[in-house]
Amino acid sequence: MEIIVCAKQIVDVSDIKIDDKTNEPILKGVDDKISDIDKNAVEEGIKIKDELGGNLTVLLVGPSEATENIKELLAMGADRAVMVPWDGSSSYDVVSKIIAGAIEKIGDHDLILCGEASLDLFSGQTGPRIAALLDLPQITYAQSLDAEDEKIVGHKDVGGKVVSIESTYPVLVTVTKEINEPRLPSLMDILGASNKPMDVWDAESLVSDDLQPGLETVEIKGVPMERKKIVFHDDLDESIEKVVEKLAKEGVLG
Amino acid sequence: MIENMVREFAEKEIEPVADELDKESKYPTEILEKMAPLGLLGIMIPEKYGGAGLDAVSFAIVIEEISKKCAATGVVTEVHNSLVSWPIIEYGTEEQKEKYLSILAKGEEIGAFAGTEPNAGSDLGSMETTAELDGDHYVINGQKTFITSGSEAGVLIVFAKTDKEKGHRGISAFLVESDMDGFQVGDIYDKMGINANHVSELFFDDMKVPKENLLGEEGDGYKIALSALDRGRIGIAAQAIGIAQRALEESVEYSQQREQFGRPISKFQAIQWKLADMATRIEAARLLVYRSAMAEDKGGNVSKYAAMAKLFASELAVDAANEAIQIHGGYGYTDEYVVERLYRDAKITEIYEGTSEVQKMVVSRDLLR
Repeated sequence: MEIIVCAKQIVDVSDIKIDDKTNEPILKGVDDKISDIDKNAVEEGIKIKDELGGNLTVLLVGPSEATENIKELLAMGADRAVMVPWDGSSSYDVVSKIIAGAIEKIGDHDLILCGEASLDLFSGQTGPRIAALLDLPQITYAQSLDAEDEKIVGHKDVGGKVVSIESTYPVLVTVTKEINEPRLPSLMDILGASNKPMDVWDAESLVSDDLQPGLETVEIKGVPMERKKIVFHDDLDESIEKVVEKLAKEGVLG
Repeated sequence: MIENMVREFAEKEIEPVADELDKESKYPTEILEKMAPLGLLGIMIPEKYGGAGLDAVSFAIVIEEISKKCAATGVVTEVHNSLVSWPIIEYGTEEQKEKYLSILAKGEEIGAFAGTEPNAGSDLGSMETTAELDGDHYVINGQKTFITSGSEAGVLIVFAKTDKEKGHRGISAFLVESDMDGFQVGDIYDKMGINANHVSELFFDDMKVPKENLLGEEGDGYKIALSALDRGRIGIAAQAIGIAQRALEESVEYSQQREQFGRPISKFQAIQWKLADMATRIEAARLLVYRSAMAEDKGGNVSKYAAMAKLFASELAVDAANEAIQIHGGYGYTDEYVVERLYRDAKITEIYEGTSEVQKMVVSRDLLR
């Protein structure tokens, strides 16, 4: 089983603060990390590899300094990494083309795993776009997977009902964070990660199309949330009633 | 990456149980079991014995991150990795290393360092525990006190006098297993803080220790103890920084939430200055810890820098926890907020593995020699 997991480096969104005056996110001093759900994808890939055998390659298109973060995925248990430094447009269509090009260059691939979305922009587009570009079947939002040698079944809960989708290989699967608990690498694994192979490929060489984005990000702004500072001074029962009434009016309660 | 891994581990596995461990004085057995496969119980133990083979800087980073969530687990980890494992790495025979380092690295047994006695704290030379050679065994008699993990450890380094006439030059170090006949655990102390760390008395009553368990040569004990304590102090300084960093983070968060006079208290200069002072001193302490760890890794005066780091960081930990309570006001004095525990945990860092006064002795001795 040849498994490729696509990963993205993002800013640690839990550390982002919004500028009071401009409403723009303050990114200065915020650490970078691998998007959390991508680690779920790596964890699932490792489990499938351990069960069925094979190799797991992690693929990251992003800023060149991401080579440090990609080592974390090698420490988790990936066999090899492919890093495509890309500081150009982060538009989904552009990045998806580069990832698809890199997958074609990697060659053999039975299973491509992606997180359902990255935690920064959470568009959920990249996985399906890659599947479309490579003309692969896809299973999206898998909350559990049953992988066998000849086929894979993904399960997802849609409003209380479980939908199961089966596919032969090759296939692209996007997973949700519920699928597993990503392992923490041991100190020994962390040290060993530096000795695993990491190829660095030039993005331009992977794509024949031009890399002009079809989408332009004009601005990113935080949504200000201000406290209403309403205090209810009545006795407890009456206050609760008023709180519920107020929340219902605000549309917070259904 | 090491820092991130340990931070994530501490957030997931230590933080949720730390309060309970403190309130119920429960030893962190389950946490230690989870730490072992991650290599956190064999940080500096060479890979050939099952450890990670990392350096002292990495050790300090690990201890800070663990201590940030639970200072008691921090000191248990620190003693295991530095005071116990390090002397075996440095002074052990190949047989001793193969036998004990692999057990310690895997976490099959926790380590303890038994030096202090009721009448011999900073003044190790006055210890009264004796070890007499009898054929192929040493027979150890005596008593130890204030031993971190004393009641839980399976492997201990016990210091005893093989020659009572020679003062500190008559002290030797022994590798002791807790199931050896004559080994007995006494009272476990009720303490002000670091409650999850079980600190106990130990008694040795004609305890037979095989001759081959002598660590180093006869009379090497004092040298082994002092050099181990140098490494240990790097760890205690890192533990203190963990406590101080937590105090800072809790204070930053609380001061932005707590409103008085119509605005968050973080908008008041009185609070801002406290936070700025804490943060600045923490960074300075951290650099001092790394300086001492680098002296260990690259060669340098470990004693002096480790003493400076412990002195500075432990006093900072107490001050930072104190200020954190002040910032939290009345709430900070209750056990609803973690700063109360930080304050209780911080104080011991000024005392164990050499009091602040002893650290000043070490530093000044180096300056005036």
